[in-house]
Parts: sequence; C-alpha cells; structure tokens
Amino acid sequence: MEKQLALQMKGITKRFGGIVANNQVDLDVYRGEILAILGENGCGKTTLMNMISGIYFPDEGKIFVDGQEVVIRSPKDAFAHGIGMIHQHFKLVDLFTAAENIVLGVKEEGRYDLKDVNARVTEIAEKYGFHIDPKKKIYDMSVSEKQTVEIIKVLYRGADILILDEPTAVLTPQEIVRLFDVLRRMKEDGKAIIIITHKLNEVMEVSDRVAILRRGEHIATVETKDTNEAQLTEMMVGKKVDLNIDRYDPENAVPRLIVKDLNLYDQEGIHVLKDISFTANGGEILGIAGIAGSGQRELLESISGLQPLRSGEITFYNPKKNKPVSFYHKTMKRVRELAAQGAFHDGQGKPVSFDGMSNKAVWKWVQSQGVLFNEDEVVNLRDKNPMQIRALGIHLSFVPEDRLGMGLVGSMGIRDNMMLRSYRKGPAGFLDRKKPQATAEKIIQALEVSAPNTNTPVSRLSGGNVQKVLVGREIAYVPKVLMAAYPVRGLDINSSYTIYNLLNAQKERGVAVIFVGEDLDVLLALCDRIMVINSGTVTGIVDARTATKEQLGLLMTKTEPLRKEGA
Amino acid sequence: MNIWLNFLIDSLAFGATFIYGSTGEILTEKAGHLNLGIPGIMCMGGAGGCLMLNLIGKSGLPPVLIVVLGILSALVFSMLMGLIYSFLTVTLRANQNVTGLALTTFGVGLMKVIMSKLTATVYLVGPKQYYRWPFAGRQDSLQCLGVLFFLAIIIAIAAGWVLFRTKVGLHLRAVGENPATADAVGINVNRYKYLATCVGSGIAGLGGFYYIIDYMASQEAYLSLEAFGWLSIALVIFALWRPPVTIIGSTVFGFLFSCSSFITIIPGVTVTMAMKPVLKMLPYVVTVLVLIISSIRNKRENQPPSSLGLSYFREDR
Repeated sequence: MEKQLALQMKGITKRFGGIVANNQVDLDVYRGEILAILGENGCGKTTLMNMISGIYFPDEGKIFVDGQEVVIRSPKDAFAHGIGMIHQHFKLVDLFTAAENIVLGVKEEGRYDLKDVNARVTEIAEKYGFHIDPKKKIYDMSVSEKQTVEIIKVLYRGADILILDEPTAVLTPQEIVRLFDVLRRMKEDGKAIIIITHKLNEVMEVSDRVAILRRGEHIATVETKDTNEAQLTEMMVGKKVDLNIDRYDPENAVPRLIVKDLNLYDQEGIHVLKDISFTANGGEILGIAGIAGSGQRELLESISGLQPLRSGEITFYNPKKNKPVSFYHKTMKRVRELAAQGAFHDGQGKPVSFDGMSNKAVWKWVQSQGVLFNEDEVVNLRDKNPMQIRALGIHLSFVPEDRLGMGLVGSMGIRDNMMLRSYRKGPAGFLDRKKPQATAEKIIQALEVSAPNTNTPVSRLSGGNVQKVLVGREIAYVPKVLMAAYPVRGLDINSSYTIYNLLNAQKERGVAVIFVGEDLDVLLALCDRIMVINSGTVTGIVDARTATKEQLGLLMTKTEPLRKEGA
Repeated sequence: MNIWLNFLIDSLAFGATFIYGSTGEILTEKAGHLNLGIPGIMCMGGAGGCLMLNLIGKSGLPPVLIVVLGILSALVFSMLMGLIYSFLTVTLRANQNVTGLALTTFGVGLMKVIMSKLTATVYLVGPKQYYRWPFAGRQDSLQCLGVLFFLAIIIAIAAGWVLFRTKVGLHLRAVGENPATADAVGINVNRYKYLATCVGSGIAGLGGFYYIIDYMASQEAYLSLEAFGWLSIALVIFALWRPPVTIIGSTVFGFLFSCSSFITIIPGVTVTMAMKPVLKMLPYVVTVLVLIISSIRNKRENQPPSSLGLSYFREDR
C-alpha cells in the first residue's frame, strides 16, 4: 500500500525565554501508522505535540497537513485540520455524562438531542472496540474510561490525526492491551496516530516507527522492526557528559532511614508505590531517578508523613550515639526510664544509673553533658503525621516539586516563609521575628538570592530565586535527612552548582540526602548511589560511580512485557 | 373563599418574589459566579420599574404599554447592575463576594433615594391594577396573581429547560463546573459568564418590581425588599440549583411568611400576642435548617457548581 503523508513538520523551533525546547525538528507522520515519540523528561516531546495541537505557536518552522502548509494558532484550528490531542490530564466536566462531555462545544446544526449523541457515541465506540456507556457520569468512571471519553471526544470531532500524550501512564496492564487494540484498529481505519511515551516495551509493541528526541533535538526516526531496546535507549540518553561536580567519598555511612515494602494507593485507587525498599545512609547522597510521575513525589511525601500508607515500614535511626542527653529535651521521668534500661553511658563507657539520686542531682548531671547515649534512637515513622515527626525531633526537610504550591506561601515575604518552620518557637503566643529575619538574610547572602528585601512576596521573585529560598530554608533548619525533589529545576548553571554544593555540604555533615533528579548526568556525577523507580517499583539501586547512562535509561523505561488480557 | 385556599394562593403569590430572585441567582451561579448582589439588584429592579411608572403612570398610554414599559425599565436597571458585577468579577477578576456585597449596599441605598422621590399616587395606584390583570379588583389574595406572577412561573420553567435541555445550557453548566475544559473545547467562557450574570440579574430585578407593584402594592413595600433578596440566595441551595424547584421552595417560604398573619383567622386556633414574634421567626429558622440539611447531602448532582466563586484566567495553571 502506498503510504500517504498525513502530517509533516519542518524545522520546528520553539524557545521559552533563553531555553530552547525544540530545535529544528523534522517529523513525518503517515496515514495508517503509529508513530512513537520517545525521549527523556524535558526533551521537548510534549512541547512539540502542543505546537501541532495549537497550544503553543512555533517560533520557526512549518507544519504541513496532507501536503498543504497550515497555520495552527489554537486548538480550534487544529481540529479544523483534523488534529486531535489527548492530553495526559483529562479535560472533562466531572458532573456530565460521557456523551455530554463529548458533544460539549461541538458546533452542529440542528436541535440538541442527547439521544442522538448517545447513539453516535455508541456507534464510534463499536467501530473501534471501545467499551463505554454514554450515559455514565465522569465522576463514576475509572481513569481508563475517562481516557476513552477523551479519545472518543476527539474522534467525534472528526479528527484523523490523533496525538496521545503518555496514554499508558495511568492504565493497568490489561487496560493498556485494550488501548493498543483500539489504536491498531484506528490505524487500520487509516488514521495517523502519534503516541508519546518513554516505555520501551510499549514502543516495540505498538508502533510502526519511532522518533527519538533528545534535549529538544530530533535524533533519528527508525522503523520499529529494525531496532531494539538497547539501541533506542542509547539514542535516547546520549553519551555521558562530564559535569565537574565535586564528589567526596562518604565517610562512616550509617543507615539513617530504612524503608521496607512500602505500598501506597492514591485517591483513585491506583497502586502508586509498589513494595519499595531501600536504605538511605547518613553522609551519603542517594539519587532517585525515574520518569516524571513514577512515584517520586509520593515516595517523598510518604516518608514525610503526608501520605497514608497501605503497608510497609519506615524506620528512622535518630543519630544519638555518644551525644549528650541534654541535647534532647526529655522529661525527668523519661530520662530516668531510659537510664533504667541502660541507654546511657558516662563518656568512659560505664553505664549510668540514677538510683538514689534526687531529681536535682540528675538534672545537674545531665545538663553538664556528662551523660551520653549508648545507641541511636530507633523511630518508626509509619502513621505519624508531619507534626509528630517534627515533635520527635526528626528533621525531614522536604523540597517539594511544586515550589509555590507546597513549599512556600507566595504572598508572604522571605522572612515570613522562614517563620513557617519556626513559628512554634519563641515565647508562647508571640512570634519570634528576629531569628527568621537573620536566617532570611543569611540565605539571601549565601545563595545570592536577588530580592529587594526580606518582605517582598516570594511570588514576585523569579523561579530560580524562589527555589533557592526554599532549599536554603530547608537546610537552615539543620536536617538529619534532607529530601530534595528537583531542587535545580528551572535554575541556571551557577545556581544549580550552588545547590549541588549545598547538598554536598549536608552530606559531609552526615545528613542522609535523598535527591530526586531528572538529569541523568547530574545524578551520576553528584550521587553516591542511585535508586531507579519505574511506575512505582524500584527497578534497581546502582552505584553512581560505576553506573552508565544506558544502564539507568534501561532501568527507567523497562517494564515487564505486556501480557494479553486473561492470560 | 375558603381560608385554606386563600392561604395557599397568598403563599404562591408571595413566593413569586423568591422565584425571580432564586432563578436569577441560579443562572449566575451555574456560570460559576456567586452573586451576593442579588438583594441590591432586586431593589434596583423595583426602583427602575417604579421610576418608569412614575413617568408614564398618568400619561394615558394603553395599559399594555404601561405594563411592558415598566417591565423593560426594571430589566434595564437590574441588568445594568449585573453588567457592573460581571465587568468587575469576570473581566477584572475581582473577588466575587466583596463585589456582590458592595453592589447590594449600593443598590439598596440608591433604591431608597429613588423611591423616596416618587409619588405613590402616580406609580402605584393606577398601574397596579394593570399589573394585577386578570384578577384586578378582587378582594381576596387572588388579586395578587397578576401578569408578573405568571411570568415568574414561565421563567422558572423555561430557565430549567434551557439549563438542562439545550446546548446553551450544557455550555453554561460546563463553564460553571470546569471553565478550563469549556475553554479548551472552544466555548467562549467570558461571554457565557456575562450572559448568565446579566440575564440572571434581569430576572432577579423583576422580582423586586413584582414585590413592590403587585404583591405588596404599598408605598412602604420597598423597605422590606432587601431581606427577601437574601432569602432568595438561600433558596438557591434549597432548590438544588434547579430553577423549577424554586417554585416549590418559594411557595413553602411564602407559606411560612404568611403563617403569622393567617393563623389568627383559622377558627379554633388562638394565638397570643407573645406567640406572634415566634411565628414570624419561622421562615428564618427554616432557612437555617434548610442550609444545614442541604449542606450535609452529598450527591454530586446536588452540590454547587465546582468552580463557584472562582475567577477563571486561562493562563493560570
């Protein structure tokens, strides 16, 4: 059969500020084929597709549909050319039925008759083998059903070039098999299908050709049948870049945080974290690599007590060995209890006993720093809320991915944001403003934050500066475990290095650093060990000094081969 | 006429004020805007209608024209208020609650100024007979079932039909539920918001006009109007955002309001003077109860529109 060109992109370039998201990308899509677009996070896959579907407008380059040059300025224009995109985040009205959502915004002559719409939806569904009840409300639907609605919505509008942005990310293996059947049927029907993914097995399974993007550039387009997973990975991650980040060998690395068989389900009942087990050592940076949305965020949130776990254990070893007891404020009763259990020694290794001593004498001894702990304190973090975790003296400092959403209050100044961590201190009922003020000034100076003063709302600072404030604050409160998710996202090179140095300094202090990153080169250069998670499962923990990018890339993208339904 | 029937008709007639107010508010809320300016808008609608009647009340124009012109003037005044509200909250994305409250304060005050300048013998005495067609001149409560009463019923049913049976209604509900989705499928979100707010305000304004010119038909009627504006907003929740249901809700509220005066006429029931204020409390107690009960229902269809009270800006993410 003669292949007919459906969509052609020539020399597409898109810049956001100084960052080039797509550089001179050429891409062809034919009717009756499935083209997979493969690439790491931030390689410009979604940006490229958004330009076809009218969300962004390219800075340079031309788009041809059926050989005709077209200008796509809005999603409406895209629909007019028969291009429909199914986004990762569904755009559906929860309260409406499937049919109502599908017909929403469609300009048609004639009376609005929901029965007629229902019939047509059913017709489309039958043609391609979807299972859907047009009268079902969206809020009653599973993720896969919602996705079906999105696909039918696009088909109902007459699209024959379909773009699916990571359609399998939220589906179960059985649902993926069913989706692929539908895609194949649409392909036979002569539609051109573009599927964005980073799961290699899916690429091999469903696509006819694969286009690989890396750092905004089109590396190659190959026939799926002529390639293999190893070759694709190599093209996807590229050669290793030397980054010149200092890395010291970890000294006296001791287990600080032990996570065992962690299982987490999200609100929609999706199994987000599956049997996660790992150990984070003090004085070591543990990197977490993985495709965005593989469960990194949920993992960090679980550890800091923000997610209700289904099962698993999180054990924290509070470093107290050979530290004076007075360092931790305890009630006299508790101190006596611990002494009776033989938890203390007097600095010379002799066990401490308070038998027969008055409270005053005990207090004096403890305050003189002569009483030391024998062992680290073992704390079970499971089912403790963030406040309790803090009250226990466990400093889990968390740099969330969503800086302004979870980490800082946008309308407050730097000083007041510092106070979010310290407002419980100070005289009862009153706020201590002096210390936060000092911390704020220290951060501004040390991290070179450009802010007019400590009262400027942080939402007015640039993204990089906001990030520095957030990381700076978390470090300022002397953590024992520092978890940082994408702390350098959106930062320029210099600021990034400042952050790397900060993390390294924490590592030297004996802090267990958990660093969630997206740039494999950075992970390899900065971390001591790297844990790879893939769809909520740990696929490997490797030594960063010997691992290669290809190895990581394979771990990140490889999944179990798809099984047929019912098998 | 039977006391009970009389009672029922009076409740219905009184309820029409609420039907207008709630239907207007429902349309606005369905577009995602909580319009707390409704009391002020109802007042302005009443003032606008009366102002027109004050001009043409004794001009000798045919009654039909007087009726239509009065209604049009009420519509224009209240829709102008709606336009101010939508400009502030849709285009400038001001806080909806603050804007609404300011509008109420403004509308109530301005109405009092206007109404104090009008002559009741001109705007009220003559025209009220035209508005009370076809039952004008009767001495029982049937007299209040005039043109505007029937218009209220028609509007409530029509609004329900438009919202749930037409494409315009589908789009409007989508805008109130999830404006980003509506925008993505090419619905002009701001246009729908403006349209719903202005039409809703117009409808609410008619309620104020009806209350002054037909139901109360007295010179002091305007002084008690604001309270009924607030009740109309509460009734929206009672009606589960369905305009036809407001007819039932409004009648219940009307019934409770008339209770204190009607109960004394019922043979065999004696009400002491001390009991009267308690009876007058009834509608407000029921309002509170309704708010509590409706807040603990959890069926998705009976919840307020998801993006109620939130401004929509496409580039917000």
